[in-house]
Amino acid sequence: MKRTIGLTALAVMLACGTASAQQVNVKIGVLSDMSSLYSDIGGAGSTAAAKLAIADFTKANPNVKVELISGDHQNKPDIGSQLANQWYDVDKVDLIIDTPNSGVALAVSQITTTKNKIFIVSGAAASDLTGPKCNANTIHWTYDTWMLANGTGKALVKTGGDTWFFLTADYAFGHALERDTAAAVEKNGGKVLGKVRHPLNTNDFSSFLLQAQASKAKIIGLANAGGDTINAIKSGAEFGIVKGGQKFAGLLVFASDVNALGLATAQGLTLTETWYWDLNDANRAWTKRWQAERGAAGKFPTMVQAGVYSGITHYLKAVVALKSAADGKAVVAQMKNTPTDDALFGKGTIRADGRKLHPAYLLEVKAPSESKYPGDFYKVRATIPADEAFRPLKEGNCPLVSG
Amino acid sequence: MFEIFGIPSTALFGQLLIGLINGSFYALLSLGLAVIFGMLNIINFSHGAQYMLGAFAAYLLLQYSGLGYWPALIVAPVLVGITGMIVERLMLQWLYKLDHLYGLLLTFGLALIIEGVARNYFGSAGLPYTVPESLRGGQNLGFMFLPNYRAWVIVASLTICFGTWFVIERTRLGANLRAATENPTLVRAFGINVPRMITLTYGFGVALAAFAGVMAAPVYNVSPQMGSELIIVVFAVVVIGGMGSILGAIITGFGLGVIEGLTKVFFPEASNTVIFVIMAIVLLVRPAGLFGRRT
Repeated sequence: MKRTIGLTALAVMLACGTASAQQVNVKIGVLSDMSSLYSDIGGAGSTAAAKLAIADFTKANPNVKVELISGDHQNKPDIGSQLANQWYDVDKVDLIIDTPNSGVALAVSQITTTKNKIFIVSGAAASDLTGPKCNANTIHWTYDTWMLANGTGKALVKTGGDTWFFLTADYAFGHALERDTAAAVEKNGGKVLGKVRHPLNTNDFSSFLLQAQASKAKIIGLANAGGDTINAIKSGAEFGIVKGGQKFAGLLVFASDVNALGLATAQGLTLTETWYWDLNDANRAWTKRWQAERGAAGKFPTMVQAGVYSGITHYLKAVVALKSAADGKAVVAQMKNTPTDDALFGKGTIRADGRKLHPAYLLEVKAPSESKYPGDFYKVRATIPADEAFRPLKEGNCPLVSG
Repeated sequence: MFEIFGIPSTALFGQLLIGLINGSFYALLSLGLAVIFGMLNIINFSHGAQYMLGAFAAYLLLQYSGLGYWPALIVAPVLVGITGMIVERLMLQWLYKLDHLYGLLLTFGLALIIEGVARNYFGSAGLPYTVPESLRGGQNLGFMFLPNYRAWVIVASLTICFGTWFVIERTRLGANLRAATENPTLVRAFGINVPRMITLTYGFGVALAAFAGVMAAPVYNVSPQMGSELIIVVFAVVVIGGMGSILGAIITGFGLGVIEGLTKVFFPEASNTVIFVIMAIVLLVRPAGLFGRRT
């Protein structure tokens, strides 16, 4: 009897020994806008998505221990940079994720590569992140300006919207979105008649809308986001833009924005997203869990938050395969070498320049009469396959690719 | 059609009118600030949050008690005004004897708390609110399309602004109020309840902010940060007009709306800096503001 106990004890010890040898510790930081205009797009909803991803993964892989922290960059690149430095150096964070606001994301991407850590961008949009500013430590996950421009721009030009006027947010993201859309419009035979660049967080758009009206362009492209987009569309409805025969193209519109506008104002708006909560059963089931985790039954997750879930899942797989999170470049290389597969985005790949590839959806906002239940926002007009949705590898001028 | 600096004159008239509309909001908000500063000597930094509360109250009234825009225009300012009076009774009244800085810090702290609570419950993206049925549509003025709602904004704002100015500068009630600011002890000797008058004045100033908030709800995004984005500009308006000067706040509000509107045509990138440039110049030339009295 004594011997059996002794043997069992030995066996247990051995088992623990092997388990602790495989034990991997990872620390993830959600760097987002927690308190301002993008906080419904990422923010606490991204942290909730990260928690779900970690819970799902560690359930299947109990030997992985993940610690999660979050921080507010306040949409200021200097504050974002300082937080990133502190997280990497002092708090020993391995991965920073989310980060809406392209200005902040570009700064954090630079810091990440000098410290050989990992940065997965879900919230920011500038396609420069996998273009001239790409690096071996950054992956651009959910969407980018080129994809938005190409999806919405191409679709509208093809259906007759061949003259454009841009209302552009005057910073890195707006400029990138405007540039990429203008290129898509011109490539498909359309013409850009003019543009106006407005400061971030503009309250009143009527002045700019008058200029857009005077241009007689068929499409008014909104190269902005969040509150700016909402204000522009709201004033536009009032100034009879749509009744006058012009149409808005929301180049970056999230479900939360449509909710704020109300379907009566937003109906007919065409937009492109890579994830929509009501697209399939898997998304709907995840949305329920997200709402419970977030403590907000009436809110609906955005593609950015879904991207955080998907990104962390794939990252943790790579870390387990390598049994270490220490070398950022090695983990990213591993992530690029294995195809992605998760409940929300399905199967996909990560390209050499750091671009994650998956299909995009051209959506149209429903009229109030078509909407059956809360959150029933969109009709899917078209699915853009993964290989057409994003910028071709050779057009990006990413130094990792061209050498 | 002739051109001014390369801009067609028709477009310019349109922009002038739009500037005037935006100026209406500046004037309404800076009026409330000027009343509060002029009568209570409090720099009310929670003015933006109270403006936001006005818009939120309109939304909540519609959502939960079915009260539309027109009743909300009265009910929301009254409700928010009452919260203002409670704040004055509980907290502000202890600070009158102290330096301005204390009132500023208290109201600033309150603004952050109100905004934080609103963001916690409603998120940052905003809440839907539409233009009331009776004010939809608009008039074609030839040089621009003027939505009916915006025309209403100008009319309402002008009425409220000059009504307030008239009451404070030209009536017995206003005279009592001004006297109470100068020498509260003496006014009390005449049998006037000065503390109650001060409380009502603060409530009125706050109600003005909430009124502007309801006016803004159908046309601007109703979000927790809507006030903080606007309030800095409004403070600049008050400083340019002269702290505490009612007429100064009204005229500068409209004037700066127009200047900002023109900047949006000629150099849009500078449209949210131009007011501060003007503020710097005015402060250099006339430190008490355009309509301020040197003390």
